[in-house]
Amino acid sequence: MKNIILQPFTYIISLFEHIGRYFDLMSKTLRSFTTWHLYIGFLPEHMMKLGISALPIVVVTGLFSGMVTSVQTAYQLESGFIPDSYVGGIVCVSVLMELSPMITALVMTGRVGASIAAEIGTMRVSEQIDALETLSFDPVSFLIMPRVISGAIMFPVMVVIADLFGLLGGFFAATTSIGISSYDYVYGLRDWFVPWYAIFGVIKAFSFGIAITSIACYFGYYTTGGAEGVGKSTTQTVVVSCITIVILNYLLAAILL
Amino acid sequence: MISINNISKSFSDKVILDNLSFTINHGDKIAIIGQSGIGKSVLLKTIIGLLRPDNGSITIDDQDINKISFKKLQKLRSKFGMVFQFGALFDSMTVGENIGLALQKLTNCDRFEINERISNSLLEVNMENTQDKMPSELSGGMKKRVGIARAIALNPEYMLYDEPTTGLDPIMTDSINRLINNFHSNGNVTSVVVTHEMKTVRDASERVIMLHNGKIQFDGTTDTFLNSNDPTVVAFLNGDSTYKG
Repeated sequence: MKNIILQPFTYIISLFEHIGRYFDLMSKTLRSFTTWHLYIGFLPEHMMKLGISALPIVVVTGLFSGMVTSVQTAYQLESGFIPDSYVGGIVCVSVLMELSPMITALVMTGRVGASIAAEIGTMRVSEQIDALETLSFDPVSFLIMPRVISGAIMFPVMVVIADLFGLLGGFFAATTSIGISSYDYVYGLRDWFVPWYAIFGVIKAFSFGIAITSIACYFGYYTTGGAEGVGKSTTQTVVVSCITIVILNYLLAAILL
Repeated sequence: MISINNISKSFSDKVILDNLSFTINHGDKIAIIGQSGIGKSVLLKTIIGLLRPDNGSITIDDQDINKISFKKLQKLRSKFGMVFQFGALFDSMTVGENIGLALQKLTNCDRFEINERISNSLLEVNMENTQDKMPSELSGGMKKRVGIARAIALNPEYMLYDEPTTGLDPIMTDSINRLINNFHSNGNVTSVVVTHEMKTVRDASERVIMLHNGKIQFDGTTDTFLNSNDPTVVAFLNGDSTYKG
């Protein structure tokens, strides 16, 4: 009975412990920024890994999110009083501002975040991080910094690619399954397009990139308990990243729009 | 010289190390022994600063490792080579890259010199021509030997071995023991071997520190240890699980 009453308090204390340790690790990561010469060589490898591993899934999700937006917009506007070009406009705004950054971030959490957490977690439980320390390396600058920087650079690139495929998917669906002319779609898209929409999406992607990679590094770095611990860290990374993304998504919209 | 002064370490409520003090002199060849889970590896990791003691201090060459800056600790660690129980080789790197990583960072050697030192280190552990292999292609014993090659490539003053022969067949155990002895005498180093393998204690140590219930049960020469009348030592030597000392 006592345990049941105390359980919520234990969770709250544990949450604050995690938040404290996360910011402690991030402050160490920021301080290690000055030792750039140690990790700069690993950046291209991490960027390639992050980009190439996620590219197919980003392309597919981008393409289909544009297609479904196109179809559903046309379904909502089928009264006949609203011009067909609105489909292109609504796809443009939805994809650039919300769908691409959000869906890409959620997909990258599963693909990249989980992979980072599992990799660093395995290094922790197999004493590879201890070995790095005994070889006089700072594991934070060696393992975390290049991954966070790669995330900050590659997530916006991925979102731009998702934007492109989202708009293409919308175009494809509009012209093939809804029967809207390519002229109307492109006209609406160009008419509604404002550069800020794309910039806003890229800012979101940059923030999501840092959040996802740093959360994955945090859970990986503090993994305990062998293979089970690695599994737990990976799950925690995905859950916490997803929650963080939706909260960040709202905060960025509230602040920037 | 490594001086361990009254260190204690607990995990949750369990006391692992209880007010331990001893000194490791330069050139010592020490085996730290005790039952599994008694805190031998914790002690080794505390010595090199991977774990912080709850109380007490560890002084290496007159520097308290828990009071110096991280940069100074990193510099101090460059005097150490550590061999981990399961090798702790970096999965994503080849054998050559595993050994060369620290050489690139800590030395001013060019690529040619680094390759030469990698080859020499692998030759010393009888693992020549394995530079391009991945750790996943190696057996347990080979991983440990590459771990030793990685540690000795930096010509350390202190070598720490964490269970270097556990889980190996007798021939491989003998091979690792010989490597420990060879590097100890040729490299003029201080060796600290954590083990519970009696063959390693006999063959690769001159002094034994036995841990029991968080405290030092025995500290003396290997010969004295092997002939000790202390019931706890005798029970350990005989593998007597019924003794509850």
